[in-house]
Amino acid sequence: MKSMTYIEAMNEALAEEMERDPSVFIIGEDVDVDGGVWKETQGLAERFGLERVIGTPISESAFTGLAAGAAMCGLRPVLEFMYMDFVDVAMDQLCNQIAKLPLMSGGKVKMPITIRMCGTGTGTREAAQHSQSLEAWFAHIPGFKVVMPATAKDAKGLLKSAIRDDSPVVFIENRNIYYKKELVPEGEFTVPIGEAEVVQAGSDVTVVTVGYSRSKVIAAIEKIGDACSVELIDAKTVDPLDMKTFLDSLAKTGRILIVQEAHTECGIGSEIVRRVVAEGFDLLDCPPVVIGSKNCPTPFSPVLEDAVIPSINEIMGKIMLLKQYKI
Amino acid sequence: MRVKNKIKETGTAEAVSSIYKRMLTIRRFEERVKQLYRGGEIYGAIHLYIGQEAIAVGVCDALEDSDFVFSTHRGHGHYLAKTGDVSGAMAELMGRATGCSKGHGGSMHMFDPLKGFMGGNGIVGGGIPLALGAAFAAKYKGTNAVSVSFFGEGASNQGTFHESLNLAALKKLPLIAVCENNRYAATTPVKASTADEDMAKRAAGYNVQALTVDGNDVEDVSQAIHKALSHVRAGKGPFLLDCKTYRVEPHCGIIADTRPDEELAIWRTPEKDPLNRLQSQHPDLLTDKQVAHLELEVNRELDQAVDFARQSPYPRVEQFTEEFIR
Repeated sequence: MKSMTYIEAMNEALAEEMERDPSVFIIGEDVDVDGGVWKETQGLAERFGLERVIGTPISESAFTGLAAGAAMCGLRPVLEFMYMDFVDVAMDQLCNQIAKLPLMSGGKVKMPITIRMCGTGTGTREAAQHSQSLEAWFAHIPGFKVVMPATAKDAKGLLKSAIRDDSPVVFIENRNIYYKKELVPEGEFTVPIGEAEVVQAGSDVTVVTVGYSRSKVIAAIEKIGDACSVELIDAKTVDPLDMKTFLDSLAKTGRILIVQEAHTECGIGSEIVRRVVAEGFDLLDCPPVVIGSKNCPTPFSPVLEDAVIPSINEIMGKIMLLKQYKI
Repeated sequence: MRVKNKIKETGTAEAVSSIYKRMLTIRRFEERVKQLYRGGEIYGAIHLYIGQEAIAVGVCDALEDSDFVFSTHRGHGHYLAKTGDVSGAMAELMGRATGCSKGHGGSMHMFDPLKGFMGGNGIVGGGIPLALGAAFAAKYKGTNAVSVSFFGEGASNQGTFHESLNLAALKKLPLIAVCENNRYAATTPVKASTADEDMAKRAAGYNVQALTVDGNDVEDVSQAIHKALSHVRAGKGPFLLDCKTYRVEPHCGIIADTRPDEELAIWRTPEKDPLNRLQSQHPDLLTDKQVAHLELEVNRELDQAVDFARQSPYPRVEQFTEEFIR
């Protein structure tokens, strides 16, 4: 194992995949000479040339379509949005083109694109247009896979899997953990798309985390201590969902909490609850609970932002509520 | 089977007749489609290409299979001109497994990537960035291919047009943007949609060279596309053709046309019609007798295509489920 940040882990994944496959190229704003505003592509232009690390004007529709057209012609683009919120201006290219052309062509064209949603997250006072977790949009549109790595190891392993996948993969990052050092395995490895991970075994309550909420739930579990035995599952992939892992855990605990940074309404948590009810109704000892951001655009003032995003206290409260629920 | 023409340069009887036949195929194909649509054998959204045949045929005649074409919602003509695949197109319109998109796409989504036909598009302006991407891929791989994006004057008001032209010029990509100004975006006339319909001016704003073309004259289109191709293949960056034409049919399906009769009449005259126009330019190479012969040939091919489509099976739900439903 070696110590590296989430950003460094992704950078290493990109370098390894570009080395391995000459059809892989990177495209996005500022990714070339400056290595991106998050330093996520630092050194890659120098190493692989400006032909393969393409900086663009602020034209998200055009460069998203460029990646799509290039993928149709056999290349393997890694497309980058500086913030997930910026994807809104390119939604036609993503949802009407990239997601649908493989089917509409009768399978004659493929879309092996990795769509990186950089800088996603809340809690850093960046206000409503820089704070959205929009994974549910893409999970709702058939044609995408959607992954949300919450550790440096998963960032590297899932990015490599995404690049090698023949389907478009929406890869949602989180800025709160970009620069934190973590242990990452040395040498070649990938993390499979579509598999959740039981991070900690437990017997009282199942907690499924979506993306960055893993960190908040770990903090909540530490505070709770022995008062509740939590089985912590990191979903990692939100489309397709690894329902088997969730249901196996629910069979032990009978109680399930899902925690996401995204707004609660119509989110991935709701989808997990729908499937838990449909596929594991008999396993439930009490109603499933979802924690997410409150139903308003994210406000700027720290006092307000903290009031609308999931907090460690709220997570602790719901975990204990579920444990104490009387059958 | 397809003859490479460069009709202006060769001007042979064979070349002229081949160009004429391809335009005629599109015309009669679209008329059949209208008929079959009325009869309920073709369904969904149908946008006919009648009157614009000179643009598709003039442009695609100059291209190789290895060159890319990205089409629009009004794409039957582009598909036929680039691939010559009448049966695959007809079967697709009838939703059959033998269709060029296996019945998964329909009228607006015909595909034949092996012949460089990279699909129609149901979103106006949606295909322009995709064409940019194929141009990028050609340059990335170091091939000599070009990428052609067909779009209308309506799409020229989408951001994708402007963003793509800028990016193509910045990165010197082999993109040929072919605007088919058919004077209507659905029912909105060009005057009501476009502040200045001179696309060459828009191109100039992005340092892109352009030519204004009589889109109803296949020889004019042919000359222009060859100029564009020498520019683009020499690595000098994108090129725009502003083809002036007219959408003779209503926007979609067989809806009522609300345009003034006098206006429609002008564009239905033999002087405007691209087929008559080519014949009148080469009366010696394309006699009435030869035209009648081509009519028979085209009709026979279309009969075969319709029979083929009718006899083809529908896609199998089980296979579709296996392949596409997750």
